[in-house]
Amino acid sequence: MATQEIALAEVRQPTTSLIDRLHSLVVTVDHKKLGLMYIGTAIGFLVVAGLMALGLRLQLAVPNNTFLEPDVFNRFFTMHGTSMVFLVGMALVSGFGNYLVPLMIGTRDMAFPRLNAFGYWMYLFGGLLLYFSYLGAPGLAGHGSAPDVGWFAYAPLTGAAFSRGHSTDYWILSLLLTSIGSTVSAINVIATAVSLRCKGMTLMRMPLLVWLMIVVNFMILLALPALSAAQIMLLIDRYLGGHFFDTQAGGSAVIWQHFFWIFGHPEVYILIIPAFACVSEIVPVFSRKPIFGYPVMVGATVMIGLISTSVWAHHMFSVGMTSVSNIFFAISTFTVAVPTGIKIFNWLGTMYGGKIRFDLPMLFCIAFLFQFLIAGLTGMMLGVAPLNWQLTDSYFVVAHFHYTLVGGFLCGMFAGFYYWYPKAVGRLLDRRLGLWHFWLFVIGFHVTFDTMHFPGLLGMPRRIFTYDAGRGWDTLNFVTSIGGLLQAVGILCFVINIIRSAKKGKLAGNDPWDAWTLEWTTSSPPAEYNFATEPVVRSRRPLWDLKHPEDPDWKYE
Amino acid sequence: MRLHLYRHRKMVRALLLFAFVLTCVIVAGQVEPVLGSTDGVTSIFRPLSQPAQEIKETSYLVLAICAVIFVIVAGLLIYAMVRFRHRAGDEASEPPQVYGSNQIELAWTVLPILIVFVLILVTSRTIADIQNRKPPPGTVQATVVGHQWWWEIRYPELGIVTANELHVPASDGTRRLPTFLKLQSADVAHSFWVPQLAGKTDLIPNRENLMWIEPTQPGTYLGNCAEYCGMQHARMLIRVIVQSPAEFERWIAEQKRAAAEEPSAQAGRQVFFANSCVNCHTIRGTSAQGAFGPDLTHLMSRETLASGAAPNTTETLRAWVRDPQKLKVGCLMPNMQLSDTEVDQIVSYLQTLK
Amino acid sequence: MTNEAYLPITPEATGWKLPSSRKVAVVCLILTETGLFSIFVAGYVFYLGKSLTGPTPRDVLDLPILSTICLLSSSVTITLAERAFNRDRVGRFKIFWLATIVLAGIFLASTAAEWRRLIYQKGLTISTNLFGTTFYSLVGLHASHVIVGMCLLMLVFIFSLGGFVTIMHRERLKMISWYWHFVDAVWIVVFTVVYVAGR
Repeated sequence: MATQEIALAEVRQPTTSLIDRLHSLVVTVDHKKLGLMYIGTAIGFLVVAGLMALGLRLQLAVPNNTFLEPDVFNRFFTMHGTSMVFLVGMALVSGFGNYLVPLMIGTRDMAFPRLNAFGYWMYLFGGLLLYFSYLGAPGLAGHGSAPDVGWFAYAPLTGAAFSRGHSTDYWILSLLLTSIGSTVSAINVIATAVSLRCKGMTLMRMPLLVWLMIVVNFMILLALPALSAAQIMLLIDRYLGGHFFDTQAGGSAVIWQHFFWIFGHPEVYILIIPAFACVSEIVPVFSRKPIFGYPVMVGATVMIGLISTSVWAHHMFSVGMTSVSNIFFAISTFTVAVPTGIKIFNWLGTMYGGKIRFDLPMLFCIAFLFQFLIAGLTGMMLGVAPLNWQLTDSYFVVAHFHYTLVGGFLCGMFAGFYYWYPKAVGRLLDRRLGLWHFWLFVIGFHVTFDTMHFPGLLGMPRRIFTYDAGRGWDTLNFVTSIGGLLQAVGILCFVINIIRSAKKGKLAGNDPWDAWTLEWTTSSPPAEYNFATEPVVRSRRPLWDLKHPEDPDWKYE
Repeated sequence: MRLHLYRHRKMVRALLLFAFVLTCVIVAGQVEPVLGSTDGVTSIFRPLSQPAQEIKETSYLVLAICAVIFVIVAGLLIYAMVRFRHRAGDEASEPPQVYGSNQIELAWTVLPILIVFVLILVTSRTIADIQNRKPPPGTVQATVVGHQWWWEIRYPELGIVTANELHVPASDGTRRLPTFLKLQSADVAHSFWVPQLAGKTDLIPNRENLMWIEPTQPGTYLGNCAEYCGMQHARMLIRVIVQSPAEFERWIAEQKRAAAEEPSAQAGRQVFFANSCVNCHTIRGTSAQGAFGPDLTHLMSRETLASGAAPNTTETLRAWVRDPQKLKVGCLMPNMQLSDTEVDQIVSYLQTLK
Repeated sequence: MTNEAYLPITPEATGWKLPSSRKVAVVCLILTETGLFSIFVAGYVFYLGKSLTGPTPRDVLDLPILSTICLLSSSVTITLAERAFNRDRVGRFKIFWLATIVLAGIFLASTAAEWRRLIYQKGLTISTNLFGTTFYSLVGLHASHVIVGMCLLMLVFIFSLGGFVTIMHRERLKMISWYWHFVDAVWIVVFTVVYVAGR
């Protein structure tokens, strides 16, 4: 624990009425409030989409189950996927970015505070519009409800002929809105990080999180247009009689897949890199050493960003591309594994020779490291195109991407949560409840997703609402579903912890973790203006320099 | 709720270890079907045909590489966690602040690049080998057309059309009899996946894909549609029935015959033709030439109804004709609101279509 | 609220100059819009020659000389307007700014006339065939960006009439002109792909 004095932080007691507090949230342009709103809303959608996942798992726990009707099941997996990627994932990326970047670069707020607020409300409205489809989508002859075309909505299933009613339109419109929110947030974060850094903070002295957020947001700017363009084309098909994906008129169903995955693959790196960012900030502090190879980490992330734009058709190996195309995309997929591996080794190098403290942020980082390693390896297996021909569109791939997104992204964000919650709220999260969260979640995660690989190897395709007995899938699915229940209880512990610790947690002080970046110089929670005077920095770890004046970083960097 | 976990940490650790081992044993027990030979289980590691066999061999190499990487990296992680953990009472100093090392970075960049190079070579060779096969003269060529939610199977050179079951000859030591498939779709994207025979290839409208299989053992191989295609995607099963060359010839001859004309089922035949069944279904040798639904000429020769939704018995056939939506809700065969007598008559007619 | 990162004046504290956040933001906007247009251009190129029926580009497209000259000239006039503004010649600025708006208006009117001809005389609509779909989508997407640009330009012009546009807004005007140049650059690409290479 920090040996510093706890500064005179006034942990805010609510003296204003509920209406006043809600009003302040509606009109706020403060990056901290907006960041917390993004994160809070994301957790809300996480719970809803997670309950849908539980529903899916209950339906699949035994063969020929009738817990969910086929159409309900199909809507659940579509809404689960769409919500988790866009309404949880992208929102957490925006939320963490908006909250942390100004604090880490020593400035007062984002470059465009009002644009920030606009982005949040677009995101919220888009999310609510997606769920409104349950009520609003019935069209001709009562068809239509929530979207049921899968989160990647392949053509021509989404065409007017096969997707009647308005469910697909809700999918399109809500995502166009949230994309505006993400794009606007991306522009804001980049402009802030480039233009508002405090004196002395050159690009190579920024905290790694800020660097990674810059890369992520550039990727958002380049990848999201592909999805928006494809969705606009789909709207033109559905409403103006266009033929972009109309195979009867000579259109191509495969080009939707190309456009979608040109967005979709960078998207998954957009999701995982912020988890890398959290881990890159937390592992050094809890190993008591600087990050190993800072310039290499920056370079590797930029390489990942660049190479990830060239791998997209590894989602399309079974579409019937030529052998040359298949070979090209297999090569690019293997290539992107190299900088990713380098990052894992650098985190290992940071821990090596350190004095590791196993506080909750670090526990989640360690879970992240093991799980992301496995996820990367199953990803390599899937990059081998012939093996992909067996495993794509099966539960093996479902297990792989949940490994990256839940075991990687979500665990990384949990780590960030436990690390920065004390800064944002002024109180530490309860350690015991946190340990319950950690163990229940990690054990449940492994029970579910380790097991889930095997039905895929045994031929179980994805997106099926039921299956026959005797394929060897029965027990495996049952065990997978049990793990889901464990994870749900873990998340429940987490949500209770967030709510309870806000009032009852131990006071955190400025710097509970004895960390080294600028946000730990502010009070917890920070004042609205963040810094009373603009900081001046001489190294990557300004607080280390202050705490160790005899051995400052700027002598060695 | 105080659990005193720290006080009883030895017991807690023992319990956790036991739970872990137990989980491993249970999961390992489930691995057996993956590698074993239980019936009905379609493991990709139990191929009985090319190219699934070649894919399996490639996968063993890839799995080995990944396993080695995992053991090394995970091992180093565990070692670092144990060896460099903060020990109680050691508050005083910070460890040596190491910023990086160019040699180490180079080492752990070059090694992965070498591994990637090996993988590229192996993968490219397998891709080229599987994708660049051409059908030798005289091989069986079939066209599979995907529909929501059934498979149309045509043998153009043999003049046969059937549904949901693909019959192919088996190769043996003396004669190699691969089957080459053209894959098309009549509506949305589907995917043909029979794990023990080959990797999956998609059926995409306005596009023709090609694949081939060369099974060696007679038997029935199960597969599923593997591209989400709408409500009943889960019940779009495909059966590939591999037969010895002699049996395959016999099957072709049977399928080539036009529909039987049984006098006993005259009533049912009339009901069938009076209703709009003929708008969707073909029965060769009659005036029923509908192309929207499966060909029924030899319906009774098939093992299942509705592409695997139910076995082909009198009970299920009756239930299907009365109300298809009960067996496969959302399927595109409507409830024709037939009376019980009509249902019985139609079923007795259909049962003559052997 | 202590701020413990404050250090005495060091080499880093003097001469610290970072790019303007407005410029960064507009560059990012242009980047993302480039991504959007690229997909529509890719779609257009992919579907060239693939229409099953209906008119082909060669049958119906004429080179839009007038509109292209107008739009590209508007880039010149907006630069002249900016230059005049920076030299505090507000009258000249207003004239050139208005000229930009007028030229953009002619471009849009010309596009509308061309579309009218295509729809009513040549029978090419967005639903006619693949060419119709991709053509109207791509050209329409560009036209929508011209409309947005025109709205921004008109807003500035109206404010300038009331004397509200001052030297403080220099950078904002520059940003609008950057957006306008981007729209023109996209037209060059669209023109080349649709009317030159694709016909």
